[in-house]
Amino acid sequence: MLLVPCPWCGPRPEIEFVAAGEAGIARPAPDADPAALAEALYFRSNTKGLLAERWRHVHGCGRFFVAVRDTVSDRFAGSWPPGVPHPSPAELAAGEAER
Amino acid sequence: MRFSFLSLLRQAFAGHRGWPEQWRSPEPKRVYDVVIVGGGGHGLAAAWYLASEFGIRDVAVLERGWIGSGNSGRNTTIVRSNYLLEESEALYDHSLKLWEGLSQALNYNVMFSPRGVMMLAHGHHDRVVLTRHLHANRLAGIDSEWLEPEAARAFCPGLNISSTIRYPIVGATLQRRGGVARHDAVVWGFARAASALGVDIVENCPVTGFLRNPDGSIAGVETGRGTIRAKRIGVSVAGHTSQVMDLAGLRMPLESYPLQALVSEPLKPVISCVVLSNTIHAYISQSDKGDLVIGAGTDQYVSYGQNGGPQITAHTLDAICELFPALRRVRMMRNWGGIVDNTVDRSPILGTTPIPGLYVNCGWGTGGFKATPGAGHLLAATIARGEPHPIAAPFSLDRFARGRLIDEAAAAAVAH
Ligand SMILES: Cc1cc2nc3c(=O)[nH]c(=O)nc-3n(C[C@H](O)[C@H](O)[C@H](O)COP(=O)(O)OP(=O)(O)OC[C@H]3O[C@@H](n4cnc5c(N)ncnc54)[C@H](O)[C@@H]3O)c2cc1C
Ligand SMILES: [Zn+2]
Repeated sequence: MLLVPCPWCGPRPEIEFVAAGEAGIARPAPDADPAALAEALYFRSNTKGLLAERWRHVHGCGRFFVAVRDTVSDRFAGSWPPGVPHPSPAELAAGEAER
Repeated sequence: MRFSFLSLLRQAFAGHRGWPEQWRSPEPKRVYDVVIVGGGGHGLAAAWYLASEFGIRDVAVLERGWIGSGNSGRNTTIVRSNYLLEESEALYDHSLKLWEGLSQALNYNVMFSPRGVMMLAHGHHDRVVLTRHLHANRLAGIDSEWLEPEAARAFCPGLNISSTIRYPIVGATLQRRGGVARHDAVVWGFARAASALGVDIVENCPVTGFLRNPDGSIAGVETGRGTIRAKRIGVSVAGHTSQVMDLAGLRMPLESYPLQALVSEPLKPVISCVVLSNTIHAYISQSDKGDLVIGAGTDQYVSYGQNGGPQITAHTLDAICELFPALRRVRMMRNWGGIVDNTVDRSPILGTTPIPGLYVNCGWGTGGFKATPGAGHLLAATIARGEPHPIAAPFSLDRFARGRLIDEAAAAAVAH
């Protein structure tokens, strides 16, 4: 079971959370063409490596946040409140490589 | 004759060291007519149908690891065709019909055992949903029967139909033609038969890139064992479809999750059929070796770590213990995970892509073992003709932009 780092409550067991999918997907304008709508609704990066995701601490503080996780090792690289600028997965990967 | 009572006897005395290889392991050639990426059951079946039915024998199957090392060797082997929508009924029943003659066709015992698949209803809502499925299936010519609780217990002795359990059983549907097959034998049977017709099965050969012609069409693949040219390529790599298609610059409507299964210590025969419950998420059957084969659920997030959370298996075992109280003290021997590629509508993607010459078969998610012969046949037909086979046509990649989703979330709600 994962220990998910809530930015407010700290690391908590996975069963307190709902995974809310890939982060940073912009909603297209209402008159966008079907391909753009399909892209936003259904197409996902499904990254093997560092991936930014939204989580919600439903059985805790109830808040949404963004976390970056390595989808191979399942290790978290960090988490941030929504709307707060955070390093991209690529920047985090570069940082990990330096370490 | 390679297998006989005498050869078995001879091998028994020789320590089983002299069995001949079942398929060739050639060096890959530099050019093929068709290349299939992914040596799971689906990819191998596609190669065999290309060679046996469509007369295309200059084919290579390129497998990153060893054949059957993906979900084909990790699944709980349930085969059935009682899906809800017409498109899916046609697709899965096409496959079930191929299962029925598969051991004969391959001359290899895949141990297909149509012992009946029973799906449990717990409460009024389930009864309504399952009877709707039952009627839809009958209209499509797919066998399905309703069993009241006593009849369900008569069909599967040991089933707890008491009205005092947390989710009492109010009935069940039964597809008698459904059942299980031996997963490894399916992989090996297709590999052996394909190899005998000239298909090259190349293991330890990861595809790392695609070659394109100036007009954008496909020209070949880069692999860990050099460049291989081919004008027609079929990708059938299940959980790694997003990564492989990304090499061709295509994004996919897929997410990959770990899905778990577990087996018990071997027991005398106790579970005579396949039992599934969508509502409390459990499914169970018994292998010929005697192990109980139990399927759990997926994790809720994308992951490529082939393990999965322990709370997922614990949840399934809770349900199994309630359905079959007699199994409460049985010990579990092993559990494992496989990476399954899910679409939002829980239906597969099978057909052409925006890149001429590149075909894809994916999105079977938690339930594509039952489709192994069917998906292989339809992928082969699509590659051979250059256009989608009519049964595969609704399952095109462009259905997402057209809004023509095929929503099987209810039929596939439990991972099987
Ligand atoms: C625990 C579990 C239980 C399941 N239970 C059932 C069930 O009861 N009934 C059912 O119908 N389905 C079930 N499924 C689903 C079923 O296993 C799959 O849908 C099906 O086996 C997929 O077959 P495949 O040949 O497409 O994929 P796989 O067998 O996964 O084959 C894909 C192959 O592609 C290879 N590959 C990946 N990347 C590359 C690359 N770059 N280059 C070359 N090769 C590559 C992989 O190594 C792999 O061997 C279950 C799955 C799991 C994990
Ligand atoms: Zn919190």
